[in-house]
Amino acid sequence: MALLSLERVSKTFNRQPFIREVSLALAEGDILCLLGPSGCGKTTLLRLIAGLERPDSGVITFDGRDLAPVPPHRRQFGMMFQEYALFPHKDVFENVAFGLELQRLPRPDLQRRVAETLDRVGLEGFAARRISDLSGGERQRVALARSLAPQPRLLLLDEPMGALDRALRERLMADLQLILKQVGVTSIMVTHDQAEAFAVADTVAVIDDGQIAQIAPPETLYRQPVSPLVARFLGLNNLVAGRVAADGAVATPLGRFQIPGTRAAHGAQVIVLIRPEAASLAAAGGFAGPLEALIDARVQARLFQGQHYLLRATTENGIALVFTLPASTPPPGPGKRVRLRLNVSAMSLMPGPPEA
Amino acid sequence: MKPRVLALLWTAALLLAGGFSQVVAQTTQITVMTHDSFSASRETVAAFEQAHQVTLQFLKAGDAGAALNQAILSKSNPMADVFFGVDNTYLSRALTADIFQPYASPLLAAVPDHLKLDPQNRLLPVDFGDVCLNYDKKWFETRQLTPPATLEDLVKPAFKGLAVVQNPATSSPGLAFLLATVGHFGEDGYLGFWQRLRDNDVLVTDGWKDAYWGQFSGASKGSRPIVVSYASSPPAEVYFAEKPLDEAPTAAVTTPGSCFRQIEFVGILKGTPRLALARQLVDFMLERTFQEDIPLQMFVFPANREAVLPDVFRRHTRIAEQPVALPPAEIAAHRERWIQAWTETVLR
Amino acid sequence: MASPLRRQLLLVLPPLLFLGLFYFYPLLRIFIVSFLPSDLWAPLEPKRLLTSGYYLGRLWFTFWQAAVSTLLTLAIALPGACLFARYDFRGRAALQTLATIPFVLPTVVVASAFQALLGPHGLLNTVPMAIWGLSTPPIRLHQSVGMILAAHVFYNYAVVLRIVGGFWSQLAPEMNEAARMLGASGWQAFRRVSLPLLRPAILAAALLVFIFCFSSFGVILILGGPRLATIEVEIYRQAVHLFNLPLAAALSLVQIFFTFGLMWAYTALQRRSSLALMPAAAAIGRQAVQTGGERLFLCIGLLPAVLFLTAPLAALLIQSFTTDSGLGLAFYRAIFENRSQSVFFVPPFQAMGYSVGFALTALLLAVVLGLPAALFLAGPPSRLAALLDPIFMLPLSTSAVTLGFGFIIALDRPPLNLRNSLLLVPVAHCLVAFPFVLRSLLPALRSIPDSLREAASLLGASPWRVWRCVDLPIIGRALLVGVVFAFTISMGEFGATALVARPQTPTMPLAIFRFLGQPGALNYGQAMAMSSLLMLVTAAGFVLLEKIRPETSGGF
Repeated sequence: MALLSLERVSKTFNRQPFIREVSLALAEGDILCLLGPSGCGKTTLLRLIAGLERPDSGVITFDGRDLAPVPPHRRQFGMMFQEYALFPHKDVFENVAFGLELQRLPRPDLQRRVAETLDRVGLEGFAARRISDLSGGERQRVALARSLAPQPRLLLLDEPMGALDRALRERLMADLQLILKQVGVTSIMVTHDQAEAFAVADTVAVIDDGQIAQIAPPETLYRQPVSPLVARFLGLNNLVAGRVAADGAVATPLGRFQIPGTRAAHGAQVIVLIRPEAASLAAAGGFAGPLEALIDARVQARLFQGQHYLLRATTENGIALVFTLPASTPPPGPGKRVRLRLNVSAMSLMPGPPEA
Repeated sequence: MKPRVLALLWTAALLLAGGFSQVVAQTTQITVMTHDSFSASRETVAAFEQAHQVTLQFLKAGDAGAALNQAILSKSNPMADVFFGVDNTYLSRALTADIFQPYASPLLAAVPDHLKLDPQNRLLPVDFGDVCLNYDKKWFETRQLTPPATLEDLVKPAFKGLAVVQNPATSSPGLAFLLATVGHFGEDGYLGFWQRLRDNDVLVTDGWKDAYWGQFSGASKGSRPIVVSYASSPPAEVYFAEKPLDEAPTAAVTTPGSCFRQIEFVGILKGTPRLALARQLVDFMLERTFQEDIPLQMFVFPANREAVLPDVFRRHTRIAEQPVALPPAEIAAHRERWIQAWTETVLR
Repeated sequence: MASPLRRQLLLVLPPLLFLGLFYFYPLLRIFIVSFLPSDLWAPLEPKRLLTSGYYLGRLWFTFWQAAVSTLLTLAIALPGACLFARYDFRGRAALQTLATIPFVLPTVVVASAFQALLGPHGLLNTVPMAIWGLSTPPIRLHQSVGMILAAHVFYNYAVVLRIVGGFWSQLAPEMNEAARMLGASGWQAFRRVSLPLLRPAILAAALLVFIFCFSSFGVILILGGPRLATIEVEIYRQAVHLFNLPLAAALSLVQIFFTFGLMWAYTALQRRSSLALMPAAAAIGRQAVQTGGERLFLCIGLLPAVLFLTAPLAALLIQSFTTDSGLGLAFYRAIFENRSQSVFFVPPFQAMGYSVGFALTALLLAVVLGLPAALFLAGPPSRLAALLDPIFMLPLSTSAVTLGFGFIIALDRPPLNLRNSLLLVPVAHCLVAFPFVLRSLLPALRSIPDSLREAASLLGASPWRVWRCVDLPIIGRALLVGVVFAFTISMGEFGATALVARPQTPTMPLAIFRFLGQPGALNYGQAMAMSSLLMLVTAAGFVLLEKIRPETSGGF
């Protein structure tokens, strides 16, 4: 049974609908990530779950109980804020102990719990430090410790990496996932960074304009985005319109692709997503195998990214595509022609625009 | 911002400020320093200005005491040519400070002798006001009670809780009233009077405004129908009434020995560069034009016995015939002691 | 490129110069005159002063009435500040304007309004007496400490509301939310998190209110009656009525030292409790009133205060329209007529013009001086800053009459021949307004973490740019609070203005006072009408000022 469930929750601000009839379910121990661009309503959704905002309609239940009459301080949820919201007038120990004091935990237990939590987040010995003396990464860990210490049943994280620089972010992403899994707390994380979402979450919900566009585990999301919007948000921009032919192949301006798992009806308009890793260099005059297609294009830009090359190319008929190619074989430079072999297993279909 | 630019800006601002104050006079100016209650009509001022081709400038510097003190403090560098507004309670202080120069104006002949308190004519009397008890006529009529006629009436049981007076330490009419009681009952008797008045539930306020506009039933929602004010207050009530009145709503108690006469003086400040003009101005202030302007502008009586009182004054008040008068030197010598004794008796 | 030290000194030089010229120098001169022997007054007997129970009694009364007034104002205004800062509701701006208007009214007028409400024949007595058939008025506050306290709260509510409320609305609400998520109820979150963070602003507001009440003059004089006198009243009495300058000067010194000591303690406290906070992000601000419970809470919290603040103003307004023949505009028409053809007649629009003109000049001066002073004090701590902090506040607590006399003696020769200058009025106003601006700005300035400025610096911003793009938007609101106060103080200032203004340039309070100088129903009505106009002009001033917001990057 789902631990947390939202049924058709809506929220309007200033007569603008912010959240439209969102429904989702979260099982115990899972980490859900709400992913979306700024202003899509993901933070609002989080705050609705936290109880800091009230939904205009819909029901939020936790462990079978309707949360509507429960004020935020009784929900026993933990929350980590984007700017951490650490109490500047208290030191690290007092910050982390805050929730425990409110729970009236006896002093020895409290001290032990604080120490344990600080250890867990990698801040042993930091108890007496002042908040103003901490670095960004340390503050993030204190914020995490503070929200974990009271052993909440649900942890809400609002852009936990938002305030950190790139290098720190990558290191902490892995740590965060580890800590959350170790503690086993059910979590909901909000972020606009796809890499973060994929690194930490069990399930990702892509939010767009107040609605859930797609909710699925990261792999599924990546391999089978259901709409161009989701795809673009994930950074997948190779979208080509096509039509399903009688034999099940998809006819596109780039050629005919026999994409496995095509279930669309004959004649249906579809959009083909070609993932960046689909391409490899083909010798000029090469042949396409059964699960491959060949395209010719002119290189617009070639960016070396360390482990791979990012290649931007435009086909004869003006379609711009982006691919990643292994660093071992440098592709031609800008302006040159290139022949690419596309692997149809790295392609997926999504419904196209409705017929005019 | 570059520090140099900052510094430049500040200097410019200061220079501007300095330049601001240098007002270049177009015509000759003569300045009269006075207090807040001073007033004169446009016509009268214009009359003087045109007759002498000057601009008359006024400098108002607070109440009578504050203005005088400022004149004394600026003795070495006077701010004006003429000072108007020394009254008999401050006369000694003004003369001791030695800021006025004598001038025996020919118009003094028209002024009654009892008003000329400075034999050396450093300060010349311009007007006088009688500080008297005022009472609310309607209040007494409605209850069919006799209004007070003398100071002694105030301590009678019939008048318990009906009077409001001002603190002599902070109010000019308050001080005048205290001096009236000192003059009327004598040094030995005035404290006894105040003791009985206190027992008769008299209310004391700090100033005339809060007594008149706050407690006097004739002018506010207060509950006291007797207030210390001026003999000119009833005519003022008629003059400044919303609708024309036949009868004044209040009346003043002007029986012998119940009022104190406050006389106001004008003097030429020492060090004025425009002595001749200043003398002409003093003359003007004692002339009928200015004197007849005084009642409706300042609500006091003109010193010049030839000046005609306006109708509203003649109908609604009279000049007290035997007001209390105390020599200014005596006032100066004992004032603080009297106030102290009064405070002990009435307030503690 | 100037060193930071030089820049700091340049910052603090103008306000110091101003204070030196217009405060310390006149004060010094008047003290010298007062304490040197003269035949105009008796020499001072210091022993008598110190051992006299009377003056010690006055000092004690001055102190405790100010302390109780401050506590009372805080108690009544803090809930209001909370509601103002956190909630958005209809009429919020109007209410804030309304709360600040009392500041501008001359005490005489306020006393009259209070009488109309609380006096023995006032509304709050006559109505219950009629309803319940009582024989004596139930509320007997006349000439009592109660009246003084009530009037002080009435005047100073806005100080707490704006300073604490303004600062509060800058506090990131996340901290309060974080506390609530950790299990704290609304009250617990407030007590343990919000309140400690608000301390700088609360202390600043409390200090201003205290000093204001400590040197309160009109309220004590009129509403307290002759038995209740503070040091300020004593000074006035001695200086003006008795011309006993030595005693007046001695009492002034006592007043100054006392305030200095208080300020010293306060600033030490303030420096230690300042915390760097992350200022609120743009979109977060007040929330709309959502639940019925919240609405009720809002009503309970605000209604009594609203009633208390607006009732006297309403009484005033009603009185200005109440003529013999019912409600009408007779008094308003009358103020435009020069009935007695006096040469001192004040045309209302002219008075308005001068009042507003002086107010804007004083405001500009106060900001131009207050901002650098605040920047200096909020900068790196130094002995100089610790000393100057209390010194900058001194003008607020010094008797206007002492200073006025000082001006007469000190500013009489070029290059300082400003005795009769038009400029003296805004200068006098600025002396009082400048501490307000300073105190409004400091908590906000001190709350900006250095890291923000450093980050901007590292990104290549020059110090001016840093200030413009980092400090200014953040302190924008605090600056606005200071500006509004400076405006209000100047519009309502009477004591100093009466001493230094020229009759050609009268202000509205002076005009009101003039009306009350003579008996007559017409005079009283005109005074009420002019007071109502003063309220209107001030309110309009607020609305316009609040529209001028300094360029902000994140909004506030």
